[in-house]
Amino acid sequence: MTETSAGSLVPEVGRLVIRFAGDSGDGMQLTGDRFTSASALFGNDLATLPEYPAEIRAPAGSLAGVSAFQVHISDHDIFTPGDAPHVLVAMNPAALKAELGTLVDGGTVIVNADTFNERNLAKAGYDHDPLEGDDLDAYRLVGAPMTSLTKEACKDLGVKPRDAERSKNFFALGLLSWMYSRPVEPTLDWINAKFKGRDLIIAANKAAFSAGHAFGETAELSDHQLIVRPAELPAGTYTNINGNTALAWGLVAAGQLSGLPVFLGSYPITPASDILHELSRQKRFNVTTFQAEDEIAAVGSALGAAYGGLLGVTTTSGPGIALKGETLGLAVSLELPLVIVNIQRGGPSTGMPTKTEAADLLMSMYGRHGESPMPVIAARTPADCFDQAIEAARIAIEHRTPVMLLSDGYLANSSEPWLLPVVEHLEPIPIEFAGDFNQVDENGDQVFWPYLRDDNMARPWAIPGTPDLMHRIGGLEKQDGSGNVSYDGANHARMIALRAERIARIPVPDVEVSGDADAELLLVGWGSTWGAITAAVRRVRNSGRKVAHVHLTHLNPMPANLGEVLSGFPKILVPEMNLGQLVRMLRDEFLVDARPVSKVSGQPFTAAELQQAILGEIGDDA
Amino acid sequence: MTDMLLPDGGIEDVPTTTRADWQSNQEVRWCPGCGDYSILTALQLLMPDLGVRREKTVFVSGIGCAARFPYYMNTYGMHSIHGRAPAIATGLALARPDLDVWVVGGDGDILSIGGNHLIHALRRNIDINILLFNNQIYGLTKGQFSPTSERGKVTKSSPIGSCATPFNPVSLAIGAEASFVARTHDMDRHHMQEMFKRAYEHPGTSIVEVYQNCNVFNDGAFETITKKDVRDDMLIPLCHGEPIRFGSEGQFGVARYDGGVEIVEVAEVGVDALLVHDEARVDPSTAFALSRLAENPDRPTPVGVFRAVDRGEYGEALRGQVDQMATDRGEGDLRALLHSLPTWTV
Repeated sequence: MTETSAGSLVPEVGRLVIRFAGDSGDGMQLTGDRFTSASALFGNDLATLPEYPAEIRAPAGSLAGVSAFQVHISDHDIFTPGDAPHVLVAMNPAALKAELGTLVDGGTVIVNADTFNERNLAKAGYDHDPLEGDDLDAYRLVGAPMTSLTKEACKDLGVKPRDAERSKNFFALGLLSWMYSRPVEPTLDWINAKFKGRDLIIAANKAAFSAGHAFGETAELSDHQLIVRPAELPAGTYTNINGNTALAWGLVAAGQLSGLPVFLGSYPITPASDILHELSRQKRFNVTTFQAEDEIAAVGSALGAAYGGLLGVTTTSGPGIALKGETLGLAVSLELPLVIVNIQRGGPSTGMPTKTEAADLLMSMYGRHGESPMPVIAARTPADCFDQAIEAARIAIEHRTPVMLLSDGYLANSSEPWLLPVVEHLEPIPIEFAGDFNQVDENGDQVFWPYLRDDNMARPWAIPGTPDLMHRIGGLEKQDGSGNVSYDGANHARMIALRAERIARIPVPDVEVSGDADAELLLVGWGSTWGAITAAVRRVRNSGRKVAHVHLTHLNPMPANLGEVLSGFPKILVPEMNLGQLVRMLRDEFLVDARPVSKVSGQPFTAAELQQAILGEIGDDA
Repeated sequence: MTDMLLPDGGIEDVPTTTRADWQSNQEVRWCPGCGDYSILTALQLLMPDLGVRREKTVFVSGIGCAARFPYYMNTYGMHSIHGRAPAIATGLALARPDLDVWVVGGDGDILSIGGNHLIHALRRNIDINILLFNNQIYGLTKGQFSPTSERGKVTKSSPIGSCATPFNPVSLAIGAEASFVARTHDMDRHHMQEMFKRAYEHPGTSIVEVYQNCNVFNDGAFETITKKDVRDDMLIPLCHGEPIRFGSEGQFGVARYDGGVEIVEVAEVGVDALLVHDEARVDPSTAFALSRLAENPDRPTPVGVFRAVDRGEYGEALRGQVDQMATDRGEGDLRALLHSLPTWTV
């Protein structure tokens, strides 16, 4: 128990999972985001999971229109947005109906009681009022008339009733801030900054926030007041970051570290568009963003810029990668640096664009015409998107190759505290443009051969504008060295072998085994499953059982020690948000009996699911 | 921009060159008699007169017979993929305003598979020069109808005649907000050079349609209008500021009629009734009407500059935003960016 400034005793809990749910128009993403920010500034470790419908505005009050935001706050380091929430905030009957099943037994349900009228209950498919019946007996119910109290609080401000009603999400935020002892200043400051110049809206939102806070206090909800202490994280300065912002900043950083202007060619697509938005705001870092007419022009323009000596980047999701495929083949053939970012989502086709999946690994590896090898790397956490964007650019530039960087909808939108890197410690990316002849022809004249390779087996990056080095490149097969068009079969075979070898030889760091090196079972993961696997492994090990984990960032080429690591474990499980793609690659490459654990429901794995999968493999006896 | 990207640019001290300096060491491999040869010659002869540097010149092409063009120019060049040259050239021209970027392609490449890139390049008005070699046929794939083949065209893929209405490339370009549109043909080197020079000098996207004979799969497609003995009566030269008049005796002209334009006999209507060509007219409707005079190139057909208006180049505007943001808010500082969201210290 901790003494608060008011002198009352507040129960402490180690961690808490809260799920905000409401109609798409209720502002639940914003409410969740503000609660998260306040918790971050308070010093909690946290992880978030925003979930919203694909439609911008599904019919109001319908189950299809429910938008949710889950946040996991903790006093220790955590890796996932939490399995089942302890607290559910439901702004209408549809939100309650859609989300109640996720809540832990005995959890707290906070509802906007004003919305539980006949019409809304019918829209949600209730034939009775759940607040009146026994539906919620297993839970602690807090019913607050949020709409009417918000309107009342705004009554004297001169705000239109409709605008006042829109502030009810701030009432919810105020109530939650009271119940879970969040600092109020960050939220009030944010309201001032966000709505600057719109005084009435500032006043209404603040009034609603204060009314919610006061409601918690006066309705004697103080016995529920819980506090999650700040986490003991490594020393340093932190910010709360989501994956897409981190990725965009990583691209900015790669431009700064290489001294190259950044050129982003992109076409809007969920869930990748936020990278285009963020980079469009960062033009002063010598970043050019070009919103192209289609996915093909997006990658084409980026390749054109790369040919011109810039850091060419294109960002998209799975369907966009399919469209870009032919140009990626050209990039492989031209051997130019290019970063391709795939924020994966549920497929095939439009699939579930706002839900997460990681089923584009095999497409990244093999989804092009011809023998078309390309390095593939994957980020594992939101903050890791920053590091991997730099890594992708580094490989692309040093080895003159397109590089596929994989993230997913979960990493893109969820957030975590990020120990900010010291800029001076980021390693520069050396650039070398060709400036001189590199060969002597049969007449003894100095000439330039565009496909003469360096120690990395990379060809020279000779950009237009360089005197004397005029040359032509293209998609037709080239003679090894001179780069002249060649239809010679033996030369083609040699060029295919060279393209394969130069990618296979890219040095990547060894994997490190976490957990028990002498365990019977090894989990092998890639991408965003890192959090859930890490949490599950920790739970199993805390119960006294042995298990190990390796996580792949570099999927092509794979770490040199991976085969040896795999051979040290009798059992291998590969959790993936697909039907088993990495597992195929591992079986193919290493002839090991790796088994898949699949989840393709549009949701990331929970730690509980993977804990169960692990125990299913090693037996749950202690 | 690093210094490396902008080596001693500028138009001063451009070395004097000859045609030979612009010829690459690659063997030209079009079919003997192909119209592409005369276009290549016209351009290689023109380049020394433009006062440009070879290393600052880039030819980007897609796929097709015409798309082999870059291999034969002693400049930088990229032979890319079918239809995508305007998109790749757009990225290059945005990235490198110091370069002269040319796009070369045929009617299948630029109007069919690459049609989307063409119309968006034209509307944006980025500084690239597009040379559209229109032979009304797919040559490299050995003779299928193209988007400019006339209705009823009998080819391997349309044995009893094509059912599709063709594009008129000049009409399409004007409809796509093009700021510079011209037409020429492969039988007249001087006219080609004049059009190419005008296209080069135009700030923004320029497109030049070149009627080009494919002597293997569509021989004589333009003979009705381009053959020396019929040319005077079948080609309508467009000259800025002059009445539009043609015919061996200057006996024909173009006049306004019913909201559009029509061909008239000068003797009947008088010289004063002829339309005076204004390529700089902002309203594109007259240029469009001129492009409709001949549905297919088998009737009197206008050649020359249909439209040349200056409406602001896209790349300059886009790069201007980069500079503006740097001026308004200072050069980017990575540390400040990373600390731009709320932070806390442990």
